[in-house]
Amino acid sequence: MMLEQKAFLSGNEAVAAAVRLARPHVIAAYPITPQTTVIERLAEMVEEQSLKAEYLHVESEHSALSACIGASAVGARTFTASSSQGLLYMAECLHYASGGRFPVVMMNANRSLALPWNIYGDQRDSLSLLDCGWIQAYAEDAQESFDLIIQAYAIAEHPDVLTPMMINLDGFVITHTYELVSLPAQQDVDAFLPPFQTTNKMDLDHPMSLGFTAGPAFNQSFKQLQHLAMMAAVTVIDEVEARFRQFFGRHYPGLLETMHCNDAEFILVTLGSVAGTVRPVIEKLRSLGERVGFVRIRYMRPFPDAEIRKALAGSKAVGVLEKDISFGFEGTVFTNVNSALMRTKVVPPRLRNFIGGLGGKDIAAADIEQIFERMKSTDDGESVEFI
Amino acid sequence: MNHPIRQNSFKPPKDLAEYPVGTAFPSGHLVETNASWRSHRPIIDALRCSKCLICWLLCPDGVIHSSKQGGLEIDYDYCKGCGICARECRQKAVTMEKEGL
Repeated sequence: MMLEQKAFLSGNEAVAAAVRLARPHVIAAYPITPQTTVIERLAEMVEEQSLKAEYLHVESEHSALSACIGASAVGARTFTASSSQGLLYMAECLHYASGGRFPVVMMNANRSLALPWNIYGDQRDSLSLLDCGWIQAYAEDAQESFDLIIQAYAIAEHPDVLTPMMINLDGFVITHTYELVSLPAQQDVDAFLPPFQTTNKMDLDHPMSLGFTAGPAFNQSFKQLQHLAMMAAVTVIDEVEARFRQFFGRHYPGLLETMHCNDAEFILVTLGSVAGTVRPVIEKLRSLGERVGFVRIRYMRPFPDAEIRKALAGSKAVGVLEKDISFGFEGTVFTNVNSALMRTKVVPPRLRNFIGGLGGKDIAAADIEQIFERMKSTDDGESVEFI
Repeated sequence: MNHPIRQNSFKPPKDLAEYPVGTAFPSGHLVETNASWRSHRPIIDALRCSKCLICWLLCPDGVIHSSKQGGLEIDYDYCKGCGICARECRQKAVTMEKEGL
């Protein structure tokens, strides 16, 4: 019988609770709104000794991730968390962690980037770092945030993967919203998540030179191996989710989630917490006889390439709604979805890109209905539409 | 005192399967010497040496080792000739001799 309890937690508190159950050896982080309460809770857990970990007070995000990399290099399980400007200050180290194949797990509170200065949620921070070699997952609510943290260690530390993982929570909408969260017992998490073991570490019996140089003759092969490891994560994510379901009962659908896509004419693709606004709109429009569907991207890296093609096949129009823009072109999620679609011979006739929620701008149910109206329109419209 | 020595050959990986996981490799795999700019070479006088090991402790390149004969020896493949051993030796057992003489 699985022992679990329910608690009323914010997304950030759910992340901290999951990190405690995952038993990291080292936590290094620097506070930044809206991530702060994650590392405040973890600091309290370490102080009261309900979490036996080294908690490093560092002077910057760059140092926070560097400390995690160093700890991972001697075989420690590590955790850090950041957001927005802090995540970008880490940018150099993100590549170090993935290139060195150190499976650090990080929570990122998605937040706008200055200027204008703004502490509210959009996804420009993490989406601008898609190429840094980290697995990127996007949660919809506090429970999924909790579950992704537990799963992240199993995925990132898998010998076929050994790639760091970033769990993204929409700033405030998830990080600071309180929900009922199921918390499994420590013994069950211990059984699901055995201690981190790797050959890619230094110890006294096996001294290693770490972080070496590789010149033009060898460098690309390391990058090729990184790509293969990330692609291997596709299978590992499925395996980990299947095991997770056996242990804890909750089912996750892999790289993306679909809703009513089989017979849908108009499909909206999005990611993160806005899914909670989209779902009731889909049900409402369906009850009115409209053939609408919904895709929620859960992983941006590895990208759900084949899954996107399958989900969107046969639709008349596809809209991508994202809290992000690559200035001078279009939203990055839209670019990725289009690229996946171009590999098939059946591209939906109309593809529209909707940019919303920048700097925390509200996306209401009425906006989602308006998006579906726009998808029905056959005019060419603007390549990018701000809502 | 175990220490790395120069390997005579480096066998580069032939395919991806031969690459290490991550950018790590067992330490001490030295494939090149590194001492060409040494202007003076330290010479240990075995009769004066008391084997206190202060030179071993302070050598910034870790090139001073115990020899099979029982005294200390210097790996001239990697000694830069900095002279710290000669300056710090309390027995004055290390002298610096100009290279090329």
